[in-house]
Amino acid sequence: MYRSNVLVCGGTGCTSSNSLTIVNKLKEEIKRMGLQDEVNVITTGCFGLCALGPIMVVYPEGSFYSMVKVDDIPEIVEEHLLKGRIVTRLLYQETVENDTIKSLNKTAFYEKQKRVALRNCGVIDPEKIDDYIAQDGYAALGKVLTEMTPEDVIQTILDSGLRGRGGAGFPTGLKWKFAAANDADQKYVCCNADEGDPGAFMDRSVLEGDPHAVLEAMAIAGYAIGASQGYIYVRAEYPIAVKRLQIAISQAHEYGLLGEDIFGTGFNFDIKLRLGAGAFVCGEETSLMTSIEGKRGEPRPRPPFPAVKGLYQKPTILNNVETYANIAQIILKGADWFASMGTEKSKGTKVFALGGKINHTGLVEIPMGTTLREIVFEIGGGIPNGKKFKAAQTGGPSGGCIPEEHLDVPIDYDNLLAIGSMMGSGGLIVMDEDNCMVDVAKFFLEFTVDESCGKCTPCRIGTKRLLEMLEKITNGQGTMEMIDEMEELCYYIKANSLCGLGQTAPNPVLSTLRYFKDEYISHIVDKKCPAVVCKNLLEFTIDKDKCIGCGMCARKCPASAIAVTDYTAPGKKKPAYAIDTEKCVKCGACMDTCKFKAISKG
Amino acid sequence: MKSLAELKAIRDKARAEIDLRKENPNAARVLVGMATCGIAAGARPVLNAFVEEITKRGLTKDITVTQTGCIGICQYEPVVEIEIPGQEKVTYVKVAPEMVPKIVNDHLVNKNVVTEYTIGAISN
Repeated sequence: MYRSNVLVCGGTGCTSSNSLTIVNKLKEEIKRMGLQDEVNVITTGCFGLCALGPIMVVYPEGSFYSMVKVDDIPEIVEEHLLKGRIVTRLLYQETVENDTIKSLNKTAFYEKQKRVALRNCGVIDPEKIDDYIAQDGYAALGKVLTEMTPEDVIQTILDSGLRGRGGAGFPTGLKWKFAAANDADQKYVCCNADEGDPGAFMDRSVLEGDPHAVLEAMAIAGYAIGASQGYIYVRAEYPIAVKRLQIAISQAHEYGLLGEDIFGTGFNFDIKLRLGAGAFVCGEETSLMTSIEGKRGEPRPRPPFPAVKGLYQKPTILNNVETYANIAQIILKGADWFASMGTEKSKGTKVFALGGKINHTGLVEIPMGTTLREIVFEIGGGIPNGKKFKAAQTGGPSGGCIPEEHLDVPIDYDNLLAIGSMMGSGGLIVMDEDNCMVDVAKFFLEFTVDESCGKCTPCRIGTKRLLEMLEKITNGQGTMEMIDEMEELCYYIKANSLCGLGQTAPNPVLSTLRYFKDEYISHIVDKKCPAVVCKNLLEFTIDKDKCIGCGMCARKCPASAIAVTDYTAPGKKKPAYAIDTEKCVKCGACMDTCKFKAISKG
Repeated sequence: MKSLAELKAIRDKARAEIDLRKENPNAARVLVGMATCGIAAGARPVLNAFVEEITKRGLTKDITVTQTGCIGICQYEPVVEIEIPGQEKVTYVKVAPEMVPKIVNDHLVNKNVVTEYTIGAISN
């Protein structure tokens, strides 16, 4: 038995800032001090505070070390692990208050969170099935197989009010009920782990930190609908998640928690992994199933819905990773417990990936109904550099922007739809006054134009035409008529596209038009970008009275657009320089070079 | 896995390890002085003896064993302090691994302070 556990984050965020080197150094130093039988080093999943990675927590003290460097390790091992003196200097400073150390759960980032889907992330070793079992893992599967009928299971999920966490928010229990009602010799349970929204990494963290939770839930779903085979469709771009899933599946096999005759009840269930080929459209349910079948990932018309004819034309349910991560808890703690969290129509919690202009970039899980203000300014720690909040983007390329006036709307599926955005999978990108909303819309449209599979015309050509109009506007060639044309085209694409990708692709344009029309008008009428982002509308100028005539900018200019003038400002020794706007390529090199802040853009 | 009993057995075995990673504000705390003076006087075997005894009795959820620095009474090391919420802190001195089972049993489990091992008894 170890007296101390050192947990090091092995999620993608911390791994990319070298947490695995830290693990090796820790083990080396612990051995050097002869503590290898007393102190255990565990690589866990994501703690959520990715901005402060690499993260390391020492128990039983619960000391939270952030931004750990390899060079700090010898000191932490000798001082903390050997001598019991916490290295306060290296702790996350929010946990240190007047020289006393407070619990991590009392910090602003964690206090308002409620971890259900992420309950094991940062606690267990995801590569050890025993750790998961210690946390009541597979007990829900045991309960379901020995005490409940499939109808009971479906009723429990229905009563809990759980809705799909992948974006659309369809009631999970209902999905299961439809699939259970269809008789077939074979049915399938699929897991959508093809998380593709820019800035979203909730599912990745669940898979990396708690892979067995997904396996267990899929087996429960299999029992509920009468399926014996499951498929997890996971992005190939998530190598750590893929590896941990593979380990988890083989461990579950070893323990007989997957395979034949589970718990001696005669129930068989197995899970196979399928790696995505990098297409965004494969996150759409019908494309995903087509891709599992080995065909090109393209959507097909619905109906028939997957519950009737899904994978290989058999009744299929498809749920997202985060949805599954809630299932075992609902079975163990009951539908009422789950339904006690959240709002009237959106129960439970939701994981959000915070990104963009926010201090605490990372992963948070909050009860539904929490306001955006709480997420951004309390949990997220506000906007860096004292900048002003402009909007938050939810739902990625399918979602929209939420402006400041809606900061106090309680976040749930229906409220977000009402204000023109959507829950989406949970990416939440914060934008400040330096973000141009036309540029943001253009960014997402570029993404959907790239990712449109091309099967249906409204999406393939419609999004392309939309993007062309946005490009014209950001280049200063827009007309006021374009705004109406864009809006009309948006509604046309939404109404006529084959799948969810096209049906939601215009949302970023519609929502920015709704809340930030004035920015569009500035681009079109004034030929100005108010946030000073759109390159072609920028003009760099040298303040001739501030210029000391050093000529640094002229030497840096790649377009030879800067030349000396015959004006010498009073008190200056050399003549000032000026920019020829015809030749200027707007790279900004001159502005970065000038030490006298004589160059401005606008 | 052929039965729930099998799953439960694995769970109970693995649980002690996980309990260590949870913060329990109501847990009793065993603080072992592990500064240079403590280590020199043999605090490490004492610390490990507490961990073993508490694990053996399945009390990892209710009791945490932590190191602490020097508390200034180096001549009495190894020093162990026991804090049970709502009760006064008790300081045991010159603790040896052999004394640990008795302290766990009498004090932590049955709430009877082992007076003969405390600082009051020894320093008199």
